Amino acid sequence: MLGIQGARPDGIGARRLRAESLPNRMAKPTEVAVTLETRLESVDLAEEIASRVAAAAGFDEEDRHKISMAVRESVINAIQHGNRLDREKKVQLGFVVEPRQIIITVVDQGNGFDMNSIPDPRLESNLLKSAGRGIFLIRTFMDEFQVECQAGGGTRITMVKRTSTTGPTPRTPSGSAKN
Amino acid sequence: MTFKSNTRQAIGVTIVDLSGRITLGESSAALRETVRELLNKGQKKILLNLGDVSYIDSSGIGELVSGFTTVRNHGGDLKLLNLTKKVHDLLQITKLYTVFDVHSDEATAIRSFQ
Repeated sequence: MLGIQGARPDGIGARRLRAESLPNRMAKPTEVAVTLETRLESVDLAEEIASRVAAAAGFDEEDRHKISMAVRESVINAIQHGNRLDREKKVQLGFVVEPRQIIITVVDQGNGFDMNSIPDPRLESNLLKSAGRGIFLIRTFMDEFQVECQAGGGTRITMVKRTSTTGPTPRTPSGSAKN
Repeated sequence: MTFKSNTRQAIGVTIVDLSGRITLGESSAALRETVRELLNKGQKKILLNLGDVSYIDSSGIGELVSGFTTVRNHGGDLKLLNLTKKVHDLLQITKLYTVFDVHSDEATAIRSFQ
Protein backbone atom coordinates (compact mmCIF):
# COMPACT_ATOMS: atom_id res chain seq x y z
CA MET A 1 0.00 0.00 0.00
CA LEU A 2 1.27 3.38 -0.92
CA GLY A 3 0.28 5.58 1.94
CA ILE A 4 0.95 9.22 2.18
CA GLN A 5 0.48 9.09 5.89
CA GLY A 6 4.14 9.98 5.92
CA ALA A 7 3.23 13.40 4.68
CA ARG A 8 3.35 16.24 7.12
CA PRO A 9 0.19 16.68 9.19
CA ASP A 10 -0.61 19.85 7.28
CA GLY A 11 -0.82 17.77 4.14
CA ILE A 12 2.05 19.55 2.40
CA GLY A 13 3.88 16.32 1.71
CA ALA A 14 0.79 14.91 0.08
CA ARG A 15 1.05 17.55 -2.60
CA ARG A 16 4.02 15.67 -3.96
CA LEU A 17 1.76 12.84 -5.05
CA ARG A 18 2.16 12.58 -8.80
CA ALA A 19 -0.42 10.77 -10.86
CA GLU A 20 2.08 9.54 -13.42
CA SER A 21 4.13 7.85 -10.74
CA LEU A 22 1.31 5.98 -9.05
CA PRO A 23 0.79 2.87 -11.16
CA ASN A 24 4.39 1.71 -11.18
CA ARG A 25 4.77 2.16 -7.46
CA MET A 26 1.72 0.32 -6.29
CA ALA A 27 0.95 -3.32 -5.84
CA LYS A 28 -2.59 -4.57 -6.30
CA PRO A 29 -4.93 -3.38 -5.00
CA THR A 30 -3.75 0.16 -5.47
CA GLU A 31 -4.38 2.15 -2.32
CA VAL A 32 -3.79 5.73 -1.30
CA ALA A 33 -4.50 7.12 2.15
CA VAL A 34 -4.04 10.58 3.52
CA THR A 35 -4.82 12.34 6.77
CA LEU A 36 -6.29 15.79 6.33
CA GLU A 37 -6.31 18.65 8.77
CA THR A 38 -9.67 20.17 9.69
CA ARG A 39 -9.32 23.39 7.78
CA LEU A 40 -10.70 24.74 4.54
CA GLU A 41 -7.40 24.33 2.65
CA SER A 42 -7.83 20.58 3.00
CA VAL A 43 -10.84 20.72 0.71
CA ASP A 44 -8.78 21.87 -2.29
CA LEU A 45 -6.04 19.40 -1.41
CA ALA A 46 -8.49 16.50 -1.25
CA GLU A 47 -9.99 17.49 -4.58
CA GLU A 48 -6.53 17.65 -6.16
CA ILE A 49 -5.51 14.26 -4.80
CA ALA A 50 -8.79 12.71 -5.95
CA SER A 51 -8.34 14.10 -9.44
CA ARG A 52 -4.79 12.75 -9.66
CA VAL A 53 -5.67 9.31 -8.33
CA ALA A 54 -8.63 9.09 -10.71
CA ALA A 55 -6.38 10.17 -13.58
CA ALA A 56 -3.79 7.58 -12.64
CA ALA A 57 -6.56 5.00 -12.53
CA GLY A 58 -7.50 5.91 -16.09
CA PHE A 59 -10.86 7.58 -15.61
CA ASP A 60 -11.77 10.02 -18.35
CA GLU A 61 -12.00 13.77 -17.79
CA GLU A 62 -15.74 13.75 -17.11
CA ASP A 63 -15.50 11.00 -14.51
CA ARG A 64 -12.45 12.63 -12.94
CA HIS A 65 -14.51 15.75 -12.50
CA LYS A 66 -17.34 13.79 -10.88
CA ILE A 67 -15.00 11.85 -8.59
CA SER A 68 -13.03 14.90 -7.49
CA MET A 69 -16.19 16.91 -6.86
CA ALA A 70 -17.72 14.06 -4.84
CA VAL A 71 -14.56 13.94 -2.73
CA ARG A 72 -14.56 17.72 -2.39
CA GLU A 73 -18.16 17.74 -1.16
CA SER A 74 -17.52 14.83 1.20
CA VAL A 75 -14.53 16.54 2.78
CA ILE A 76 -16.49 19.80 3.10
CA ASN A 77 -19.16 17.85 5.01
CA ALA A 78 -16.56 16.10 7.14
CA ILE A 79 -14.83 19.33 8.09
CA GLN A 80 -17.85 21.57 8.52
CA HIS A 81 -20.61 19.27 9.71
CA GLY A 82 -18.62 16.32 11.05
CA ASN A 83 -15.62 17.83 12.78
CA ARG A 84 -17.36 21.20 13.10
CA LEU A 85 -14.12 23.03 12.22
CA ASP A 86 -12.41 21.58 15.32
CA ARG A 87 -8.71 21.66 14.38
CA GLU A 88 -7.93 18.94 16.89
CA LYS A 89 -9.86 16.51 14.71
CA LYS A 90 -8.76 14.89 11.46
CA VAL A 91 -10.31 13.58 8.30
CA GLN A 92 -9.11 10.30 6.80
CA LEU A 93 -9.34 10.11 3.03
CA GLY A 94 -8.73 6.78 1.34
CA PHE A 95 -8.76 5.42 -2.21
CA VAL A 96 -8.71 1.83 -3.40
CA VAL A 97 -8.29 1.47 -7.15
CA GLU A 98 -9.52 -1.82 -8.53
CA PRO A 99 -9.58 -2.91 -12.16
CA ARG A 100 -13.05 -1.56 -12.89
CA GLN A 101 -13.81 0.78 -10.03
CA ILE A 102 -12.46 3.15 -7.44
CA ILE A 103 -13.60 2.97 -3.82
CA ILE A 104 -13.23 6.13 -1.78
CA THR A 105 -13.70 6.56 1.95
CA VAL A 106 -13.94 9.78 3.94
CA VAL A 107 -13.96 9.40 7.71
CA ASP A 108 -14.43 12.26 10.16
CA GLN A 109 -14.40 12.41 13.96
CA GLY A 110 -17.78 14.04 14.41
CA ASN A 111 -21.06 12.86 15.87
CA GLY A 112 -22.57 11.47 12.69
CA PHE A 113 -25.71 12.52 10.91
CA ASP A 114 -29.03 11.06 9.90
CA MET A 115 -29.29 10.63 6.15
CA ASN A 116 -33.07 10.74 6.45
CA SER A 117 -32.82 14.28 7.78
CA ILE A 118 -31.25 15.54 4.57
CA PRO A 119 -33.94 17.03 2.34
CA ASP A 120 -34.02 16.69 -1.44
CA PRO A 121 -32.68 20.02 -2.74
CA ARG A 122 -34.68 19.60 -5.95
CA LEU A 123 -38.01 19.89 -4.18
CA GLU A 124 -39.85 23.11 -4.95
CA SER A 125 -39.69 24.11 -1.29
CA ASN A 126 -35.91 23.66 -1.21
CA LEU A 127 -34.87 25.07 -4.58
CA LEU A 128 -34.04 28.52 -3.26
CA LYS A 129 -32.11 27.36 -0.23
CA SER A 130 -28.47 28.39 -0.32
CA ALA A 131 -27.16 25.12 1.13
CA GLY A 132 -27.93 21.41 1.23
CA ARG A 133 -26.77 20.21 -2.20
CA GLY A 134 -23.50 18.49 -1.30
CA ILE A 135 -24.82 15.02 -0.48
CA PHE A 136 -27.14 15.17 -3.47
CA LEU A 137 -24.22 15.90 -5.80
CA ILE A 138 -22.19 13.04 -4.32
CA ARG A 139 -25.07 10.62 -4.83
CA THR A 140 -25.59 11.86 -8.35
CA PHE A 141 -21.95 11.65 -9.39
CA MET A 142 -21.04 8.31 -7.80
CA ASP A 143 -22.42 4.84 -8.47
CA GLU A 144 -22.61 3.86 -4.81
CA PHE A 145 -22.83 5.96 -1.69
CA GLN A 146 -23.00 4.72 1.87
CA VAL A 147 -22.91 6.45 5.23
CA GLU A 148 -22.00 4.63 8.44
CA CYS A 149 -21.86 6.02 11.93
CA GLN A 150 -18.87 4.40 13.61
CA ALA A 151 -19.03 2.85 17.05
CA GLY A 152 -16.41 5.12 18.53
CA GLY A 153 -17.86 8.23 16.98
CA GLY A 154 -17.32 9.70 13.56
CA THR A 155 -18.92 9.12 10.21
CA ARG A 156 -17.56 6.99 7.39
CA ILE A 157 -18.67 7.79 3.88
CA THR A 158 -17.94 5.17 1.25
CA MET A 159 -18.30 6.02 -2.42
CA VAL A 160 -17.77 3.85 -5.46
CA LYS A 161 -17.30 4.94 -9.06
CA ARG A 162 -17.23 2.26 -11.70
CA THR A 163 -15.80 2.67 -15.15
CA SER A 164 -18.16 3.47 -17.93
CA THR A 165 -18.99 0.39 -19.97
CA THR A 166 -18.18 2.39 -23.07
CA GLY A 167 -15.24 4.25 -21.64
CA PRO A 168 -11.64 3.27 -21.10
CA THR A 169 -10.72 0.69 -18.51
CA PRO A 170 -8.80 2.06 -15.55
CA ARG A 171 -5.16 1.20 -15.80
CA THR A 172 -3.78 -1.67 -13.82
CA PRO A 173 -0.89 -0.90 -11.53
CA SER A 174 1.56 -2.03 -14.20
CA GLY A 175 0.10 0.26 -16.82
CA SER A 176 1.20 3.75 -17.65
CA ALA A 177 -0.73 6.83 -16.74
CA LYS A 178 -0.78 10.36 -17.95
CA ASN A 179 -2.15 13.28 -16.09
CA MET B 1 -7.34 29.53 -11.41
CA THR B 2 -7.89 32.53 -9.16
CA PHE B 3 -11.38 33.91 -8.92
CA LYS B 4 -11.80 37.34 -10.46
CA SER B 5 -14.73 39.61 -11.14
CA ASN B 6 -15.01 42.68 -13.30
CA THR B 7 -18.07 44.90 -13.49
CA ARG B 8 -19.27 46.93 -16.49
CA GLN B 9 -22.47 48.70 -17.51
CA ALA B 10 -24.68 48.28 -20.56
CA ILE B 11 -28.02 50.06 -20.97
CA GLY B 12 -28.86 50.06 -17.29
CA VAL B 13 -27.68 46.50 -16.76
CA THR B 14 -24.64 45.66 -14.66
CA ILE B 15 -22.64 42.87 -16.22
CA VAL B 16 -20.30 41.04 -13.87
CA ASP B 17 -17.65 39.08 -15.74
CA LEU B 18 -16.55 36.25 -13.47
CA SER B 19 -13.58 33.95 -14.00
CA GLY B 20 -11.92 31.12 -12.14
CA ARG B 21 -13.52 28.90 -9.55
CA ILE B 22 -16.52 29.71 -7.38
CA THR B 23 -16.10 27.45 -4.39
CA LEU B 24 -16.27 27.32 -0.62
CA GLY B 25 -14.29 30.15 0.92
CA GLU B 26 -12.95 33.38 -0.52
CA SER B 27 -14.45 33.20 -4.01
CA SER B 28 -17.98 32.58 -2.76
CA ALA B 29 -17.55 35.39 -0.25
CA ALA B 30 -16.22 37.69 -2.99
CA LEU B 31 -19.24 37.00 -5.18
CA ARG B 32 -21.56 37.70 -2.25
CA GLU B 33 -19.77 40.98 -1.58
CA THR B 34 -19.94 42.00 -5.26
CA VAL B 35 -23.71 41.51 -5.35
CA ARG B 36 -24.12 43.33 -2.04
CA GLU B 37 -22.10 46.33 -3.26
CA LEU B 38 -24.11 46.55 -6.49
CA LEU B 39 -27.37 46.55 -4.54
CA ASN B 40 -26.02 49.22 -2.20
CA LYS B 41 -25.32 51.37 -5.26
CA GLY B 42 -28.85 50.82 -6.51
CA GLN B 43 -27.79 48.56 -9.36
CA LYS B 44 -30.50 45.94 -9.34
CA LYS B 45 -30.29 44.57 -12.88
CA ILE B 46 -27.39 42.16 -12.62
CA LEU B 47 -26.11 39.81 -15.31
CA LEU B 48 -23.49 37.32 -14.14
CA ASN B 49 -21.25 36.27 -17.03
CA LEU B 50 -20.01 32.79 -16.10
CA GLY B 51 -18.24 32.14 -19.40
CA ASP B 52 -14.82 31.92 -17.79
CA VAL B 53 -15.91 30.14 -14.63
CA SER B 54 -14.12 26.82 -14.83
CA TYR B 55 -15.52 25.17 -11.73
CA ILE B 56 -18.28 25.62 -9.21
CA ASP B 57 -19.07 23.50 -6.14
CA SER B 58 -22.16 23.26 -3.95
CA SER B 59 -21.09 26.37 -2.03
CA GLY B 60 -20.76 28.28 -5.30
CA ILE B 61 -24.17 27.09 -6.41
CA GLY B 62 -25.54 28.20 -3.06
CA GLU B 63 -23.98 31.62 -3.55
CA LEU B 64 -25.65 32.00 -6.95
CA VAL B 65 -28.99 31.08 -5.38
CA SER B 66 -28.39 33.42 -2.47
CA GLY B 67 -27.51 36.25 -4.86
CA PHE B 68 -30.61 35.57 -6.91
CA THR B 69 -32.96 35.68 -3.92
CA THR B 70 -31.23 38.73 -2.41
CA VAL B 71 -31.53 40.73 -5.64
CA ARG B 72 -35.13 39.65 -6.10
CA ASN B 73 -35.91 40.72 -2.53
CA HIS B 74 -34.55 44.16 -3.42
CA GLY B 75 -36.89 44.39 -6.38
CA GLY B 76 -34.25 43.60 -8.95
CA ASP B 77 -33.24 40.65 -11.07
CA LEU B 78 -30.13 38.50 -11.38
CA LYS B 79 -29.60 36.50 -14.56
CA LEU B 80 -26.89 34.22 -15.87
CA LEU B 81 -24.90 34.41 -19.10
CA ASN B 82 -22.60 31.96 -20.93
CA LEU B 83 -22.67 28.85 -18.80
CA THR B 84 -19.88 26.35 -19.35
CA LYS B 85 -20.99 22.77 -19.84
CA LYS B 86 -20.01 21.82 -16.30
CA VAL B 87 -21.95 24.68 -14.73
CA HIS B 88 -24.88 24.07 -17.08
CA ASP B 89 -24.98 20.40 -16.09
CA LEU B 90 -24.83 21.26 -12.39
CA LEU B 91 -27.78 23.63 -12.71
CA GLN B 92 -29.68 20.99 -14.67
CA ILE B 93 -29.26 18.19 -12.14
CA THR B 94 -30.08 20.47 -9.22
CA LYS B 95 -33.15 21.74 -11.11
CA LEU B 96 -31.90 25.31 -10.76
CA TYR B 97 -31.85 25.76 -14.51
CA THR B 98 -35.59 26.38 -14.24
CA VAL B 99 -35.05 28.99 -11.52
CA PHE B 100 -32.49 31.17 -13.26
CA ASP B 101 -33.03 33.09 -16.47
CA VAL B 102 -30.06 31.78 -18.46
CA HIS B 103 -28.76 33.33 -21.68
CA SER B 104 -26.05 32.50 -24.16
CA ASP B 105 -26.08 35.85 -25.98
CA GLU B 106 -25.17 39.03 -24.14
CA ALA B 107 -27.28 41.41 -26.22
CA THR B 108 -30.35 39.21 -25.80
CA ALA B 109 -29.68 38.93 -22.09
CA ILE B 110 -29.44 42.71 -21.72
CA ARG B 111 -32.68 43.25 -23.65
CA SER B 112 -34.45 40.74 -21.40
CA PHE B 113 -34.08 43.15 -18.46
CA GLN B 114 -35.98 45.95 -20.22
